[in-house]
Amino acid sequence: MKKIMSLLVLGSLAMASAHAQKSAAVQSIEEYRAMLADGNPAELFEAKGEDLWKQKRGPKAASLEKCDLGQGPGVVKGVFVTLPRYFADTNKVQDLESRLLTCMDTLQGLNVAEIAKTPFGKGEQNNLTALATWIAAESRDMKFNLPQAHAQEQVAYEVGKRLFFQRGGPHDFSCASCHGADNWRIRLQDLPNLTKNPGDGVGFAAWPAYRVSNGQMWGMQQRLNDCYRQQRFPYPGFASDATVALSTYLGVNSQGSKSVAPALKR
Amino acid sequence: MKKQHAFALSALAAVLVAGCASSPSTVDLDKLTADIVKASFTDKGIVKVAVIAPEDINTACSAADVAGKPLEANVAEALQAAQLKTIKWPADGQFMGDWKKGEALAQSGRGLTWSDKADTANGGNCYNCHQMDPKEISYGTIGPSLLGYGKTRGVVADPTSPASKAIIEYTWGKIWNAKAYNACSVMPRAGHKGIITEAQVKDLMALLLDPKSPVNQ
Repeated sequence: MKKIMSLLVLGSLAMASAHAQKSAAVQSIEEYRAMLADGNPAELFEAKGEDLWKQKRGPKAASLEKCDLGQGPGVVKGVFVTLPRYFADTNKVQDLESRLLTCMDTLQGLNVAEIAKTPFGKGEQNNLTALATWIAAESRDMKFNLPQAHAQEQVAYEVGKRLFFQRGGPHDFSCASCHGADNWRIRLQDLPNLTKNPGDGVGFAAWPAYRVSNGQMWGMQQRLNDCYRQQRFPYPGFASDATVALSTYLGVNSQGSKSVAPALKR
Repeated sequence: MKKQHAFALSALAAVLVAGCASSPSTVDLDKLTADIVKASFTDKGIVKVAVIAPEDINTACSAADVAGKPLEANVAEALQAAQLKTIKWPADGQFMGDWKKGEALAQSGRGLTWSDKADTANGGNCYNCHQMDPKEISYGTIGPSLLGYGKTRGVVADPTSPASKAIIEYTWGKIWNAKAYNACSVMPRAGHKGIITEAQVKDLMALLLDPKSPVNQ
């Protein structure tokens, strides 16, 4: 909490100084990031996510404390770096966000089909993002190690790879059009090469992240969704098989890299 | 959502059964991927799912990317020859437009996303990937630098001279349909796919080749 307070103070300072310098034009995002380095606003979402995990909610008035994220009911530490993975009860490969939907359905009785259709940044989607942020934070600095023993996990990787290279839309873009080689940039934005392990805290190992440019907290589902938007693709369903398979490809490629999520992004 | 899950699950089960629960074949995986794409993507705003319908050249290049091997030379040549035929040459024989309009177009990366409107003016997306005007420091590196494009190709002195013809035509063709020269290029087919108009291609030509363009200073 103390950390959060100091973060709020820092945040208001940043806003005040930005205001004072308005006439002096541009204050770079890098400077802003440096100021925030001590207190990523993601911490606010972490705190909210932890509360939500323990809170009795939904028609069944239950918490998520019995949710099985892959290491047994209630285990949160270390699970993030093993997702997506296969779950026997759903007979599906699931990422963190789709698995949370399962728990919100089975434990709390929430209408998860509705939640999946809710736009990012609205209603229960905000809660889902906060939960994902806290759960990711509980694996900070751990190394990605997605299981690939189950046939469906191997299939998810192979499908994800095909999705990554799928060219289409008016511009013929695929994920690889931007993330297919080393040292590529769009304008001044560095783009990680995601066809291989991009290293600690890069690409898949950096989301959920707080985005300074729009002041929003994004989970991996939203990150992929916005990539597809910019690719001029149609809309990928939230927690759809395509987004989970693509995450599996990215996650397996990041094998051994440290997660820095929740990260701070431009 | 329930329906979608059931669908994909059955598709996956079919693959696993067909492969006797061992590793499924490339064909199975391609089919499963297509089924998952169908189940996962929906129309939104101005973007319809039809825009990702398979097309021979994209399917071939995606498969080559997945395999990690370039296309066989004869396959690439055949695809390029077909793309070359799609190029629409300027009806009035005039290749050059207004470099200032070309610069504005090159700066814009807008249009054709689901958050754009139908009447959003499409950008040329050039600076996203290429260096052009040396004064613009915010340029991408996915494509080669086009700094001094006309000057370094000896076209600037007189872009209309017969000596310049080959490079003028190549540049037009490349902007119109980049895949006519490199089947699996990551550059969009700006003219062919209707992202920009013939008049706009002329403006980009001027940005690259006009002696007065900042690209050639």
